[in-house]
Amino acid sequence: MRENASAGQPVLSIENLTTAFRTPDGWRAVIRDISLQVHAGETVAIVGESGSGKSVTALSTMRLLPPDRARCEGRILLEGRDLLKASEAEMRAVRGGSIGMIFQEPMTSLNPVFTIGNQIAEALVLHQALSWKAAEAEALRLMERVRIPAAKARLHEYPHKFSGGMRQRVMIAMALACRPKLLIADEPTTALDVTIQAEILHLIRELQREENMGVLFITHDMGVVAEVADRTVVMFRGDMVETGSTEKIFAAPRAIYTKSLLASIPRLGTMGEARSPRRFPEVDPETGMATGGRETKAVAPEAAPILKVDNLTVRFDLPNGRVHAVENVSFDLRPGETLALVGESGCGKSTTGRAIIRLIEPTAGSIVVDGQDVTRAGTRALRAMRRTSQMIFQDPFASLNPRITIGSAIAEPMLAHGLMGKRESKARVAELLEQVGLSPAMADRYPHEFSGGQRQRVSIARALALEPKLIVADEAVSALDVSVKAQVSNLLLDLQEKRQLAYLFISHDMAVVERVSHRVAVMYLGEIVEIGPRAAIFGNPRHPYTRRLISAVPLPDPSRRGMARPMLNEEIKSPVRAHDYVPPKRTYLEVSPGHFVQDTAMAEIASLSA
Amino acid sequence: MARIARTLLNRLGGMLVVLAIVVTVVFVIVRVTPGDPAAVMLGSDATPQDIADLRTKMGLDAPLIVQYVQFVLGLLRGDLGQSIFLNQPVTQALASRAEPTFFLTLFSILIAVSIALPVGVLSAVRRGTLFDQIVVTLTMVAASVPSFWLGLLLIQVLAVGQGWFPASGYGGPDTTFLVRLHHLVLPAIALGVVNSALITRFTRAAMLDVLGDDYVRTARAKGAGEGRVILKHALKNAMIPIITVIGLSIAMLVAGAVVTETVFGLPGIGNLVVSAVLRRDYPVIQGALLVVAAIYVLINFAVDMLYVLVDPRVRL
Repeated sequence: MRENASAGQPVLSIENLTTAFRTPDGWRAVIRDISLQVHAGETVAIVGESGSGKSVTALSTMRLLPPDRARCEGRILLEGRDLLKASEAEMRAVRGGSIGMIFQEPMTSLNPVFTIGNQIAEALVLHQALSWKAAEAEALRLMERVRIPAAKARLHEYPHKFSGGMRQRVMIAMALACRPKLLIADEPTTALDVTIQAEILHLIRELQREENMGVLFITHDMGVVAEVADRTVVMFRGDMVETGSTEKIFAAPRAIYTKSLLASIPRLGTMGEARSPRRFPEVDPETGMATGGRETKAVAPEAAPILKVDNLTVRFDLPNGRVHAVENVSFDLRPGETLALVGESGCGKSTTGRAIIRLIEPTAGSIVVDGQDVTRAGTRALRAMRRTSQMIFQDPFASLNPRITIGSAIAEPMLAHGLMGKRESKARVAELLEQVGLSPAMADRYPHEFSGGQRQRVSIARALALEPKLIVADEAVSALDVSVKAQVSNLLLDLQEKRQLAYLFISHDMAVVERVSHRVAVMYLGEIVEIGPRAAIFGNPRHPYTRRLISAVPLPDPSRRGMARPMLNEEIKSPVRAHDYVPPKRTYLEVSPGHFVQDTAMAEIASLSA
Repeated sequence: MARIARTLLNRLGGMLVVLAIVVTVVFVIVRVTPGDPAAVMLGSDATPQDIADLRTKMGLDAPLIVQYVQFVLGLLRGDLGQSIFLNQPVTQALASRAEPTFFLTLFSILIAVSIALPVGVLSAVRRGTLFDQIVVTLTMVAASVPSFWLGLLLIQVLAVGQGWFPASGYGGPDTTFLVRLHHLVLPAIALGVVNSALITRFTRAAMLDVLGDDYVRTARAKGAGEGRVILKHALKNAMIPIITVIGLSIAMLVAGAVVTETVFGLPGIGNLVVSAVLRRDYPVIQGALLVVAAIYVLINFAVDMLYVLVDPRVRL
């Protein structure tokens, strides 16, 4: 693509763009002096962490920022025409006409009260003089083009019946309806599972090739950048710190920030034969100084398991079927060990975690925590169990009560369990805050005064308050920026070493999992399909689904781009079955010491990766 | 479609259960209120023997459970009993008073909604502007004004002062509908304006909520104009909470008619209730309570059905 890209007039040319937001203290620039070009057929990525201004750049280009609160200076040329000087009516023709845009959140980006067909057709009615009837026919064609199965039947369905991946396809169909010259994709795959992400990236690339359209791709994921971008713009706190061809940026980054960004991304396949987790190297974004990523201490092999899960089954009844959320899941976990539970959304990994803490009642099976059967525990025993095992959740914004100081939030479990009085708990809170790398003086602040990473540290401090032996970490680092993700993961590893904590690390992020876990269990449709030591799972994956999961992770290495990936048009199979469905009995094959692979129904799943 | 039918049947079943509870509660309330209807009817001159005779005649000396069964059986036949003072069946008394109450409620809700929707939407769209601040202040004032006070003010200015509208009453029984309508203008405005305040605030809040949603941004990114973004994409979503509060307002209007009808001397159900309470006319109180409660339940049922039309996710 790139050979012909540099020739001729660029589709989009941003020149010295500075966007300021109105604050109580006057106008404050959030992006400064941004310049970039996108040619036809070319993909340019803007990469950066939250707050770097990458989305503001995209929204400025579309002029979608509220005019009374945001001000843009510079020039934004679309095929030579300055969009900052265009009238509002001209901009309406540009939006959805010459420039299509897709967003990060496919779950909320579609209007819940209109049908899919109506929403795609609207784009056509707005820009082309089509009747609604003709537009709907065209919408159907577009749905087929973005490979939505059974498009005709789904045309009149509402968004809530579509999965995240399918909704993103709808968004793409809508953005491309009027054959735009430029597609702006703002984190289009961040909220999606890796296998779905691979499909969506593939689809965007294919459509780009067919239409010879320019793509401005905004992401925080260096793996995705390496996968899709011809050229890359790196942004940091509102400034463009580096720009150049993607190969060059990965091979020889010049800016310190780019170096630190590249150093802190978890890379799949860098662990080799290491038996224990390795800390992430931490890089100072200002100085570029890196700290080493040493391996943590090994687990005592003779220790008795702190957690033993046997044939755990969780089912939910629906009016028209039954969700087999977790089926016959068995594993154990020793003190000081991390077992990662990986799989895509809906595979039952979170349900398993919640059942262990008894936030969800298991349908069958036994869960023994520290010698006590949790499934049969009464109220009192359950309280005792809650001291042994704690949970950390994904969303550091939603899991802290906004009206309670973080000091009280951390002290709450200790007070609730009657472990100590208010005064004593204050000293303990200070101690805990120090352990998670925060200042004890922060105890009187409220959650909104903290960043995402800091809040997750607070959640960890709260989980540690009762000195648990087992922590269920449900996507605990998934929502965090790359550098913060590395820091919080390191914190978890340090705490594990010091306190012999056992982690059940639930995650969809294969690269982080490879780094932090001793053993890995892969879940698919409620069942464990493969479990074993980390090196065995990543080095020698035996189950086809495990292979598919690993191969779908984009590698932060542009030279390995576009490796053949399975292209799939089906949605992930649903764990909803008829009421009279009896799940088959599974057997497991031990392929190497401690490495088990599900034996039955291989053919059924193998067909998925064909 | 089958699912919609099932949802409808489910809600209908729920509504019947609520109605049964309402009937029982009304029965109990009237029975436990102090005061003997027989004694009230016969006045202060009655001998205890007279009162006892009347109690037997009215069935008041039967065990409560028997009275309850008879009450329910009567209801099923559409019989709400006999008014003690009006010398006519309660159903007839209610029916003859239904018209002013019905039209008063209808007009005041129309006035309320036609003020509240545009003002609320505009106020949300122009958030923080002078217009918005005025709306927020005015709605707060209007929500705290009792409707009878506004009614008295309207009578003072437009009826007594200007003479544009009648100050009281509903015209005679032989007057044309237009004349009666003329009598309803002031009370409908009084009730409508006060109720519009609450609906305006809800509309504004619901729109503000929705305007920040991702799909509104999507609509703009698609090239939809502001009018289309607001009226099509945002408003239909915001309608879900707005419908709820409109439904509640209608129900409150029916209940609130008591005061307004008294102020404006309208011969409606509210007026009937007031005089029945003053005269301890238990069958009438009981009947009116039942009818108002039933309307309340019916309106809520209608609101539930509207949800199904507006929000596809409700059709589970």
